[in-house]
Amino acid sequence: MAANPMSQFEVYRIGPEIKLGSVDISFTNASLFMIISLLAILLIFNLGSKKRSIIPSKIQLLAELSYSFVAKMISDTAGSKAKPYFSFIFSLFMFVLFCNMFGMIPYTFTVTSHIIVTFMLASFIFIGVTIIGFVKHGFGYLKLFVPSGVPIVLLPLIVVIEIISYLSRPISLSVRLFANMMAGHTMMKVFGGFVISLGIVGGWLPLSFSVALTGLEILVAFLQAYVFAILTCIYLNDALNLHH
Amino acid sequence: MIKKIFFQSIFFNFFFLKEVFAAESGGMPQLNPEFWISQIFWLIITFGILYFTLSKFILPKISLNLELRKSQIQENIESAEKQRESSEVKLKEYDEIIHKSKMEAKKIFKDAREKVVKDINSKKEILDKQIHEEISNAEEEIEKLKNNAAKKINEIAVETSSSLLKILIGTEVNNSSISAIVNDLSKKNKDKYYGS
Repeated sequence: MAANPMSQFEVYRIGPEIKLGSVDISFTNASLFMIISLLAILLIFNLGSKKRSIIPSKIQLLAELSYSFVAKMISDTAGSKAKPYFSFIFSLFMFVLFCNMFGMIPYTFTVTSHIIVTFMLASFIFIGVTIIGFVKHGFGYLKLFVPSGVPIVLLPLIVVIEIISYLSRPISLSVRLFANMMAGHTMMKVFGGFVISLGIVGGWLPLSFSVALTGLEILVAFLQAYVFAILTCIYLNDALNLHH
Repeated sequence: MIKKIFFQSIFFNFFFLKEVFAAESGGMPQLNPEFWISQIFWLIITFGILYFTLSKFILPKISLNLELRKSQIQENIESAEKQRESSEVKLKEYDEIIHKSKMEAKKIFKDAREKVVKDINSKKEILDKQIHEEISNAEEEIEKLKNNAAKKINEIAVETSSSLLKILIGTEVNNSSISAIVNDLSKKNKDKYYGS
């Protein structure tokens, strides 16, 4: 492959150019891996929910464990009011997880290493959560920016900080995932390049680093999906149960 | 299916290698807005399909399955509890029966012993009575014989003394006078012989 460690993030068209009006919506390698992740999730969970046996098969156990894992995560962070949003958070978690994991296979493309994808997800969550907050609490949702028990002198400052931190949520959420994925993959590529350039004599050290890094990256892939989902739950919690 | 797509993607990867090299101009490809709209479009499509399918078809099934299993397990636990309770009742009943029958056996044994003791006692009493009677009969007889013996001895004494007198003197002596003497003598010696 290309020597440049950033070239793995190139998006290129697969097949013909598709235009919708004047915008280019061509099928790219990013689209391909989105569809692969989608199909993998649907396949696993369809197989896992097909048979209804008291003693679950392995794939059924996988589906049910994922279900109860996400359900527990939501009920722990956002309470019972978040139940209607379970499907969304489950889909989100699975989508991010599978995109991250498919990115771990050599020569594949990591969908979540693109800021535009993570930013779209994060801003969708941000807008959705804000709408839910205003629908549930009306203008009372603005109390979110006024924490209780703060001295009046400090209040203007705190409110400004709260508003900035609220508005920066989609950015922090998206950049966290994107930067983690990009950094990990770049580092693996760099170490891979070292293996080649140092050859059979000195290549063993970066190779062992590369192996260790692969394990770490698989952990990060899971962890970032988990963090992404749990932060969504926390934002949802703010919107559903106004604590301030 | 997935395998095929995967291998196709690898194939395409190699196929578009030239293009990749051409695009390699430094900087982050993520910030190149050329395919942003395309990525957003495909993200919306794939995530939309994923959300729709999971929420409408797959997750309700998993949820139902989990609930069914939970209720089934609960039911099984309940029925096990019930059976345990019934078995405990049965065990209690069994214990009671054992206890009862033990008591009954004890009672029967006690009764039997009492009866036997009673029987023995009554038989012993009868026997004692009989023995007592026999003893008293025998004593009576002995008493009678004793009395008779004294009389007879007197008679014999009278007869022998009269016949002796006849031989010695040669005359008949009045029996009554002899018996008077004998009676007198026997009365005098009575204490000596019989010790009454």
